[in-house]
Amino acid sequence: MKKSYKIDVDCAACAEKMQEAARKTEGVKDATVSFMTLKMKVEFEEGADPAVVMPNVRTNCKKVEDDCEVYLD
Amino acid sequence: MNKKQKNLLYRIIAAIVCVIALLLLDSVIPTWYLKLALYMVPYLIVGHDILKKAWHGIRNGQVFDENFLMTVATIGAIGVGIYNAMHGGDDDYLEAVAVMLLYQIGELFQSYAVGKSRRNISELMDIRPDYANIEEDGEITKVDPDEVEVGSIIVVQPGEKIPLDGVVVEGTSSLNTAALTGESVPRNVTEGSEVLSGCINETGVLRVRTTTEFDESTASKILDLVENAASRKSKSENFISRFARYYTPIVCFAALALAVVPPIVLAVMGKNPMIAEWIYRACTFLVISCPCAVVISIPLSFFAGLGGASNQGILIKGSNYLEAMSEVKVVVFDKTGTITRGNFEVTAVHHSPIESDKLLEYAALVESHSSHPISQSLKKAYGKHIDSARVTDVKEISGHGVTGKIDGIDVAAGNTRLMDRLGIAYHDCHHVGTIVHMAVAGKYAGHIVIADELKPTSKEAMLQLKKAGIKKNVMLTGDAENVAASVAKEVAVDEYHAGLLPADKVTWVEKLLKEKDAKAKLAFVGDGINDAPVLSRADIGVAMGAMGSDAAIEAADVVLMDDDPMKIAKAIKISRKCIRIVHQNIVFALGIKILCLILGAFGIANMWVAIISDVGVMIIAVLNAIRALFVKNL
Repeated sequence: MKKSYKIDVDCAACAEKMQEAARKTEGVKDATVSFMTLKMKVEFEEGADPAVVMPNVRTNCKKVEDDCEVYLD
Repeated sequence: MNKKQKNLLYRIIAAIVCVIALLLLDSVIPTWYLKLALYMVPYLIVGHDILKKAWHGIRNGQVFDENFLMTVATIGAIGVGIYNAMHGGDDDYLEAVAVMLLYQIGELFQSYAVGKSRRNISELMDIRPDYANIEEDGEITKVDPDEVEVGSIIVVQPGEKIPLDGVVVEGTSSLNTAALTGESVPRNVTEGSEVLSGCINETGVLRVRTTTEFDESTASKILDLVENAASRKSKSENFISRFARYYTPIVCFAALALAVVPPIVLAVMGKNPMIAEWIYRACTFLVISCPCAVVISIPLSFFAGLGGASNQGILIKGSNYLEAMSEVKVVVFDKTGTITRGNFEVTAVHHSPIESDKLLEYAALVESHSSHPISQSLKKAYGKHIDSARVTDVKEISGHGVTGKIDGIDVAAGNTRLMDRLGIAYHDCHHVGTIVHMAVAGKYAGHIVIADELKPTSKEAMLQLKKAGIKKNVMLTGDAENVAASVAKEVAVDEYHAGLLPADKVTWVEKLLKEKDAKAKLAFVGDGINDAPVLSRADIGVAMGAMGSDAAIEAADVVLMDDDPMKIAKAIKISRKCIRIVHQNIVFALGIKILCLILGAFGIANMWVAIISDVGVMIIAVLNAIRALFVKNL
């Protein structure tokens, strides 16, 4: 399953870091962050629940770049 | 400017004011520690968030980022200033403040420029409808396009965007399709016409019965495609992010080595180790090592390139395809629907002693009972209502044609065999296509040529491709040899292969893929109908005339919204321009950085040179990247 989230981040290098952090989160199969469109596309692993995984993704992103935001609607 | 940017701007201005005041007061500040304390004011005003971020980074094990670099470099420079002051030398804290200040000015510029181009590009692709006017029991209400069910009647006023795909049930108007196709000629619609979401209704009120839900509508699909394009990253982008990952730590260790090794060597040799000098050079190194110019400008170039292309009705599904497009050397066309229109039409009337329109009228009437594609195209060319009462005594002679009476006059329409059979002398035709010979009242009345029409720009398109350096234009077709040969000659393709089944086209593309240089790319251009296997087999699949064709949008890597073959050369030119800018930026930014690193190591370039070159390179690279957006006149 793939989902797209709005994000907010200030620099391209930070977006790269968020991408790495999201990829390393459990339940995430793949993630791509586009700094230009300020979107994060997350592909979840089979059976993973986005409602559980995404808050962790957000926490991990905040860890590497505290001035960022992932909007989970 | 958003709130964050404004905040930063105020801090920058405040810091500049402080610095100017300090410079004026310089001679009256009595002690070095008071001077240091005073200089800390602008330093902290402008740089406190950098220090904070660097601290966070260290705590989370993310050491090597630009905040860290700036922090270490400026604190190092201040340290050197203190050291000099305590040894009676010249204490200079201005440098550290200036580095922080210029760095932040660079950040502000970058954030503003990126935000601005983000907005520009989304304005170019402004096809997202905000509302739909739904009509129920004679009342019109505005609703979210998401809530409109398939089959609802919506009302589109002049000046409004069509929110959902549908069919016009009432009204006539002309539509501006520029946002979808880049084509400025308006499209006329009337009852029964299909309309696509994202077009702007210009002249009349339309009532439209919707045929899709919002998520499935053309506008949503295009927006989705464009938004996802940036996440398919190109080789250059991946190279840069890998590069940044290694570059920063390497430069940091090099700086450390620069601060430690030369003083030790000098001390061992019994000379003055000049510790302060080497630490200062190491700090200069750190300032130069910030990779932001390249890291920001590469994705920005691609984003601008993709945005500029979509504004021209060329949707490229990813930066990787944009990059591949720039390396195309072989273009393979599926004839029908790309070079030719793909519908059979009357292309000429020859040797007619009566008026062409009259002849067409006779032909259409006498063939009116037939459902053969040829008679369909005759009826279409005639274009008026067929009064079948005027037609009597129709006889269809299989393999020959039709004879009959129209308004009591004998009319025959058919091939040369029919003319032979009726004993009528005829002119042979040298045109390629299906020839309908006509006899009226027992006399030869000329012939009508029916063929698949060339698109008006096909020939020019091939020429443009050649000019753009395409080595080989190849045409593949299922049509017969003589038709293919004539089209190939007319538009001047380098190679053609006729009489192919769909599977043969795949085989040919594979063969061409093998023949070409390993580095060159092959693009296949089709109309999106039945050519999904070939589209995916080629390096780049280009589908054209895709307004409303889901299959094509799915299968292709590059989607041309209208059916103009000129757009292929344009797409290649856009991609080349974008890639050129990317390469310019990589070479320019890295070149200046390496030069500064060398000059810094030898103590020729001081911290001022380092930070000004860093910010300057970034500003130039960003401005250069934005150039990729301007592709209209390519």
